[in-house]
Amino acid sequence: MESSALILFFITAVTLVGLALVFSSYVPPSSYNEAKFEPYECGIETIGETWNQYTVGYYLFAILFLVFDVETVFVFPWATVMKEVGMVGFVEILIFFAILGLGLFYGWKKHALKWE
Amino acid sequence: MGFNIYDFTGMTHNMHVSFMEHMSPLMTTIVEWTIIGVCYLLFIALFGLFLVYAERKVCAMFQQRMGPMRVGYWGLLQTIADFIKLLMKELITPKGVDKFLYNLAPFIIMIATFMAMAVLPFAKGLQTLDFDIGVFYVTAVSSIGVIGILIAGWSSNNKYSLIGAMRSGAQILSYELSVSLSLVTMIILAGSMQLSVIVEGQRDAWFIFKGHVPALIAFVIFLIAGTAETNRGPFDLAEAESELTAGFHTEYSGIKFAFFFLAEYINMFIVAAMAVTVFLGGWMPLHFGSLESFNHVMDFIPPLVWFFLKVGGVIFLIMWFKWTFPRLRVDQILTLEWKYLLPINLVNILLMSLVVLTKFHL
Repeated sequence: MESSALILFFITAVTLVGLALVFSSYVPPSSYNEAKFEPYECGIETIGETWNQYTVGYYLFAILFLVFDVETVFVFPWATVMKEVGMVGFVEILIFFAILGLGLFYGWKKHALKWE
Repeated sequence: MGFNIYDFTGMTHNMHVSFMEHMSPLMTTIVEWTIIGVCYLLFIALFGLFLVYAERKVCAMFQQRMGPMRVGYWGLLQTIADFIKLLMKELITPKGVDKFLYNLAPFIIMIATFMAMAVLPFAKGLQTLDFDIGVFYVTAVSSIGVIGILIAGWSSNNKYSLIGAMRSGAQILSYELSVSLSLVTMIILAGSMQLSVIVEGQRDAWFIFKGHVPALIAFVIFLIAGTAETNRGPFDLAEAESELTAGFHTEYSGIKFAFFFLAEYINMFIVAAMAVTVFLGGWMPLHFGSLESFNHVMDFIPPLVWFFLKVGGVIFLIMWFKWTFPRLRVDQILTLEWKYLLPINLVNILLMSLVVLTKFHL
């Protein structure tokens, strides 16, 4: 029942945002001007391609994020039942975090966490 | 069928029943969802506008200025005038953009914020969807926004946009971890991810008092990471106006720009509302254990007022950050997250589970 409510909420959101966009694409006045459609780079004409290679540093952090985000997904259900599983769960998460911490430590020593 | 300001469950139930009496089930669903949608849209528009006004006033006060004063009493109508102006502006699509993605990006961002608001409990019974994975849902849905930002920056065919989007992507992805891990800390204490259960668990004492030191650490981490995730305050290098004009939304105009702008402020509200719900007791009044008469006086104040007072307080704190600290560099931001907040967070989770195991909490 709740997932169908979620879909309904999504449809409501899409409709309302779409209506606002439709309104705005018909109501305001429009005019044509050659310079208006140039990319805005503070009045200077663009030089070269925009869609080219970009710093690899961002990519590294994305990979690191992937590892830790999956870890977070694992921790969520554990946190919910923490009170029931008690000491056993605590020791298990301790091992889990130890392995994870090792990974973070390795990345740290490999200068993966350093911006360059 | 009375209107009870302390408990909205009866009101919404009665509305549902009376709709069912007069209309077919399908019609009821349509009418109910239209009402909900319009309410949310109005709320987003009005509260977003109010936040923009509040930000300008707060900023002005910090800088010993008056802020907007001309339009309306104390400039109250200023942002409404601005919004009407934005609504009437032409939508410019610069040449060379990836048209489909360029138009898709504001949609994604706005819908992500819209969806994240669905589970926020404003007061008892005033919650559209009450998932048993509420906290998880909020973190999941609000992180969709980053896709919108990346698409917006990439499709604009503008170097400022690209740089801004890349910075913003790295930053939001990184701080996503701290947000969800600090929430995990509180889930351990609450024993549930359902937001209504979390709020109900804070009836006698808010979690920030209940959880001792770990809860306090988690609150601080959540505030820092939440500020970073909304691209605000000292973490606004994604739209650093002195270097990147407007970052990822440089090329957008009219209502599409308004969507980005509004989404940013509503995201700030969502962060504040989550902080309030998980740490500061949601719509629960402030109670002190044995002070009976004080507790009764506090009970008298309606939950909605409590909720918005607390949210206002947290939002003011976030604005305070912005106008106090200078902007960080990208390497400083990533160092703060990966070398400080993340290890502290992991240790903090263990600390909290020890507190819960030894029944040290109240």
